[in-house]
Amino acid sequence: MALTDVTHDAQDFAPPAEVEEAELYHPKTWLGKYVFSQDAKIIALQYSITAMAVGLLALLLSVLMRIQLAWPGAVSFITPDTYIQFVTMHGMIMVIYLLTALFLGGFGNYLIPLMVGARDMVFPYVNMVSYWLYLFAVLILLASFFVPGGPTGSGWTLYPPQAILPGTPGSGWGITLMCISLGIFVIGFTMGGLNYVVTVLQARTRGMTLMRMPLTIWAIFTATVLALLAFPALLVSAIMMSLDNLLGTSYFMPAIISLGQQLDHSGGSPVLFQHLFWFFGHPEVYIVALPAFGIISELISVHARKNIFGYRLMVWAIVVIGGLSFVVWAHHMYVSGMNPYFGFFFATTTLIIAVPTAIKVYNWVLTLWRGNIRLNVPMLFAIGFVFTFINGGLTGIFLGNVIIDVPLSDTYFVVAHFHMVMAVSPILAVFGAVYHWYPKITGRMLNDGMGKFHFWVTFVGLYCIYYPMHYLGILGVPRRYFANAGANGLPDWFPESAQMVNVGITIAAIVVASVQLVFLYNLYHSATRGKPAGGNPWGATTLEWQTAETPPTHGNFGKELPSVYRWAYDYSVPGAEEDFIPQNVPAGKDTGHAS
Amino acid sequence: MVLVIVLILLVVGSVLFHFLSPWYLTPIASNWGMIDDILTITFVVCGFVFVAINLFMAYAIYKYRYRKDRRADYEPENKKLEWWLTAFTTVGVIAMLAPGLIVWAKYVDVPEDAMLVEAIGQQWHWTYRYPGADGVFGTVDTRNISASNQFGLNPDDPNGQDDLLVSGAEVHLPIGGPVKVTLRSKDVLHDFYVPQIRSKMDLVPGMITYFWFTPTKIGEYDVLCAELCGSGHYNMRSRMVIEEEADFQAWLQTQPTFAQLLAGIGSTSGGTPIEQGEQLARDQGCMACHSLDGSAGVGPTWKGLVGKNETLIDGSSVLVDDAYLIESILNPNAKVVKGYAPIMPPAQLADDQLKALVAYLKSVSG
Repeated sequence: MALTDVTHDAQDFAPPAEVEEAELYHPKTWLGKYVFSQDAKIIALQYSITAMAVGLLALLLSVLMRIQLAWPGAVSFITPDTYIQFVTMHGMIMVIYLLTALFLGGFGNYLIPLMVGARDMVFPYVNMVSYWLYLFAVLILLASFFVPGGPTGSGWTLYPPQAILPGTPGSGWGITLMCISLGIFVIGFTMGGLNYVVTVLQARTRGMTLMRMPLTIWAIFTATVLALLAFPALLVSAIMMSLDNLLGTSYFMPAIISLGQQLDHSGGSPVLFQHLFWFFGHPEVYIVALPAFGIISELISVHARKNIFGYRLMVWAIVVIGGLSFVVWAHHMYVSGMNPYFGFFFATTTLIIAVPTAIKVYNWVLTLWRGNIRLNVPMLFAIGFVFTFINGGLTGIFLGNVIIDVPLSDTYFVVAHFHMVMAVSPILAVFGAVYHWYPKITGRMLNDGMGKFHFWVTFVGLYCIYYPMHYLGILGVPRRYFANAGANGLPDWFPESAQMVNVGITIAAIVVASVQLVFLYNLYHSATRGKPAGGNPWGATTLEWQTAETPPTHGNFGKELPSVYRWAYDYSVPGAEEDFIPQNVPAGKDTGHAS
Repeated sequence: MVLVIVLILLVVGSVLFHFLSPWYLTPIASNWGMIDDILTITFVVCGFVFVAINLFMAYAIYKYRYRKDRRADYEPENKKLEWWLTAFTTVGVIAMLAPGLIVWAKYVDVPEDAMLVEAIGQQWHWTYRYPGADGVFGTVDTRNISASNQFGLNPDDPNGQDDLLVSGAEVHLPIGGPVKVTLRSKDVLHDFYVPQIRSKMDLVPGMITYFWFTPTKIGEYDVLCAELCGSGHYNMRSRMVIEEEADFQAWLQTQPTFAQLLAGIGSTSGGTPIEQGEQLARDQGCMACHSLDGSAGVGPTWKGLVGKNETLIDGSSVLVDDAYLIESILNPNAKVVKGYAPIMPPAQLADDQLKALVAYLKSVSG
């Protein structure tokens, strides 16, 4: 079989249905439809709105941190304690409660059933419980702002011993609530995650072979598998640390003198926690990045009117990256005091990941090559993603290469790197995805002018925030510092001009943060007053654009499920009448020769 | 075509920023110039890739911009091109990884003749230990730590008797010879960080960690903590002094041994009580939490403190006088000022030391 045969089988027909179509049970009450809904599309919106709301809080915290860094002491309630509490809550909310929840709970729920041609997730009730547990976890997390001592200030990595000792703010109530919230999040996520995996494996419509699935689904599916395997490590470390904290066990606690007091702990290992945390924490990076990869593949292909280049290699790259992400975790621990010989192994595995990741970047760019590129707002964000991801991916090679990590670890180089690669580029992917699928979700287009304004300020602004920050790190500025000038003044090597960089970064951050209000207003405004979108405004091939109604109703596809006859990327097929052929169109004379 | 122009500007701007930025590596003061070399190699390879892919993307966006009368190519796969790109990437990765691992092999291999020094971290200050005349550290245990044995040495270990214990805020090292820094923490994670020597390592309670370097430049360097260690993290400072061997030996002679400290012969610093108090405040790490200039800290500032009426967490108020200061040094959690956490460790000081510290406090209170 030639490699260019993208239908992968000779089936121009879909096999007949084995069971008769059965009508779903439709809820009759308003509560059943919109609140305790079992419809994956509503659950997706609930996840997304909750995630964005809590994300706004995390954004506000980051602005407060930036103000302190630019103008130390300007805001009186930012003290050394509240500063590291803000650092902690900002990081944890953004990584877990915003990005993970939004990509998997939000986009996963909305897109999986629609794109594989299913009526809903396979376990709708469990899916509903998943959201309510997530909401509960968020509320517990927020409650920690109101307990004595406030939220934990141990950094989002929650490293013991400091997380549970009195020299760190929130070492009592704060860290306990954090552990409980994470535990509930993991349980809730597991319910959702099993749903996504089983739906992809079992509920694809007739003809939707695995190698015909859109890359978005491949990516979300793989990310979910990673999450199901990685989150248990977080769960057990949260439980073990809580036992150390509340019952006095010593999993992570050696003999310690804390602020002059001998503690009863002995024999535990703080490094053990770090291994468990990063066994979760590194796959977590890909739990966020892979869905972004998939979404970007979709966006670039649709708006360049060209098939994604190297589909099969793209699928394998996703799977290989997912697999490798479980054997690189200790590259976060090169200077943690673990056996230094581990450095050889983890540097090698880490740099191997660069290969499939680079392939993905090449293939996005090669998809643009000889395309017919429409610079719609989703496409702008997709290109912004590729640009920032290249930057963030390359600085990962610096930090993965163990010897270079030694001087750079725990500096602003690390902060700049991980923000570029797992904050800037994924959030650009999120925005691109929202502009792309909003017409399907609401039936109306988002306002184009506001969208373009939002893109330009966000893309250029974010780059101006994080690119210069790398150089502060190379200079040596350590992260998680309330103020660079301690009691003894600035370190000798810290020039006054570096403080100017901090001021510039903060100004850019305030501008970018403010412009997100335009985006929120656009979401609100266009829901009722946007231009009607029709069913398939971008001329896309995948099944979610072929629904009978827009927005799709409960059950997604009306009376009959679609059958799939081709891969997801039949754009600009030579000889075809239109420049796209939907996946549910059988081969025929108007579809050119390639099918 | 705004997008194309902006992409090109960002690429050019990034490259220019790299070359024109005054914010780059601090002048190196150790043997680890090789780390800087690998960093440079990585910058060259990654910089090339960054420029090449982004300019190619910008060109593609320009050349294949939307036209009504044109259709995109249909090109699902190109096996040859994909293999070439994979091979090219693999070669680039090896070119960066291989030299990196070679230097790492040197990093993990501590020279046999390295001089030993131990850095001990605790919230939020540093102390140091030298092995003394016998060149061997005495054994330590966190359980041994007490008011009279701050370093936790085993009193029965003969190797420990001549260990030199430095509770001052400075560590001195001679230039030119390799130094193995062993690291120990009494409480939480810390990280011994001097940007100019490039190498660093975490301090982990319950473990002895280490790294090595050879000082190559005479001077004084700030020691910072690079691993979040609680409220006073950003203030956990010390100084590293690199000097000629003779100067180093002279300084070393002034440091007390463990045996001397056990016998009650401490290093009595001369000077007025205020000067002694200032020395104590630095040695005890007070400045990590208490500022002298009125700025917010983990604990109340010392500026304007004496004679002030402070409100306590139980709502009552107290006049800050000698008695309150001494009580708060010896038993800090008895009367905690409102707005602050009860996290100050009690200090173990003799009466004359207390007097000196209080004298110093009054002098800076103003």
